[in-house]
Amino acid sequence: MAKLLWIAFDANDAAPGASFARAIGASFDLLQLTGEPAMDVGAERVLSAGLAEIPNADALAKALAGQAGGYTHIGAVSAMRSKDVLARLAGLLDAAMVTDAIAAESPTSFKRPMVAGSIIATVEVLSEPVVLTVRPAGFAKTERGGSSPVSPIQIDGAGKTKRIGVSARGGQRPDLTQAKVIVSGGRPLKDAQTFESVIGGFADALGGAAGATRAAVDSGIAANELQVGQTGKIVAPDLYIAAGISGSTQHMAGIKDSKVIVAINKDPDAPIFDFADYGLVADLFEAIPAIREKLGK
Amino acid sequence: MKILVPIKRVVDPFAKVKPLPDGSGIDTTGLKFEINPFDEIAVEEAVRLKEKDPSIEIIAVSIGGPETEEQLRKALAMGADKALLVETTDPLDSTVVAAELAALVKELQPDIILMGKQATDDDNNQAGQMLAAKLDWPQATFAAKIERADGSLKVTRETDTGDETLELSLPCVVTTDLRLNEPRYIALPGIIKARSKPLEKRSRLTQATPKTRITKIEAPAARQAGRKVGSVDELVSALREKGVL
Repeated sequence: MAKLLWIAFDANDAAPGASFARAIGASFDLLQLTGEPAMDVGAERVLSAGLAEIPNADALAKALAGQAGGYTHIGAVSAMRSKDVLARLAGLLDAAMVTDAIAAESPTSFKRPMVAGSIIATVEVLSEPVVLTVRPAGFAKTERGGSSPVSPIQIDGAGKTKRIGVSARGGQRPDLTQAKVIVSGGRPLKDAQTFESVIGGFADALGGAAGATRAAVDSGIAANELQVGQTGKIVAPDLYIAAGISGSTQHMAGIKDSKVIVAINKDPDAPIFDFADYGLVADLFEAIPAIREKLGK
Repeated sequence: MKILVPIKRVVDPFAKVKPLPDGSGIDTTGLKFEINPFDEIAVEEAVRLKEKDPSIEIIAVSIGGPETEEQLRKALAMGADKALLVETTDPLDSTVVAAELAALVKELQPDIILMGKQATDDDNNQAGQMLAAKLDWPQATFAAKIERADGSLKVTRETDTGDETLELSLPCVVTTDLRLNEPRYIALPGIIKARSKPLEKRSRLTQATPKTRITKIEAPAARQAGRKVGSVDELVSALREKGVL
């Protein structure tokens, strides 16, 4: 019988654990590292660490290894923080690992993207336990309800590395991986100020998040953590508006689970028009203000 | 000071790859192979550290078939001092790579291991962290900036929400992200010149076997192409109709 330990780095990470557990037919315990313990996602029990911040990978992996006994699967939502820690955990447990699972064929066989999303591989796991990072968009949401028992656990955050500086930029906008609406821009946004006013402004008007292509990030137009795509954030909003984005394979791999994709691009032959639900051949600097005017926002 | 740079031979990261018709693998017909771009960034960073401190010795290492020599030669041309090829045609996954590298590290005793955060073929993002775990060394993944201090490294790493800077005592494992540097261009004469640098071949050090196996390779499901709209008005109406605005 499969038994999953689901590691939630914050409160938003909890519910995808229920979806993944159902997909592999497992019961699951939820280990909540920060934030309020989610008692209503159907976990057999919730272990609440109540941390103020996520410890460095060496300390956290060691602490998690101490909790991992008796589980066939140990998983978390795919993100930079989970890849940092869970791959180290797999090393400590001498476990198999599957990164970025998008579907479960069975408790020991998973689909995942490779080569910047241009290939989907089915990976068979040959040993137990298996450590996974999971992309929630591939798994159907479960109903919330009920009340799981919560018990506190102690996670020792002290390790070999020292965190000596943090520059979180975040701001007021919703997190890209949680946002219902995302407005993204590419290199045509020219500079950071233009990006912020045109893309950021439109995102704010829609109550959404701002995203960017790798090209825009590399040329200093947008901050690193805004990068959407296979090597950046994988997103799945209800509405993804791509402005001045041609549609590279690696960018499309990061947005393909969006419900509705809108492309605004001057170039009628831009590859993104082959993916977008709605394509508007137009200059984004004219189209975006026109849309905002039409919406009265 | 010794820096070990593990590199992987990968299919051309800028080529559009397709599955073989029978789903047994990736069709590499006519495609070239390169150093994994993130590993190339690691080689570049090691060479930059050596430019500031010539006493540093850089060893590039790879695990793979004889053809992998090509990528190790390139690392030598970029400035690595010597190369080591663990020659094998055995199936490998990250757990095997980490086990082999850990065994090599015991012998070579590097102070720093610099490697790509992931390979652009399998996109796993596992080997560096697994290796750090096996060695019980500190790690910094997704490095965007590396500074040497006395007996330690200061590594600024990219995170989901911004940057953070870690101080790591040596020895340690650092995995490189895109924005750490731009690797130098190596012209053919440089690669030929590097032929005089030592490249040692040896067999595997462990009997580790893979814990995962790829059973099928396929193309992703195509997203249904939508339609072009003629105007902003038409776009806004369509989005309202869909209930997303």
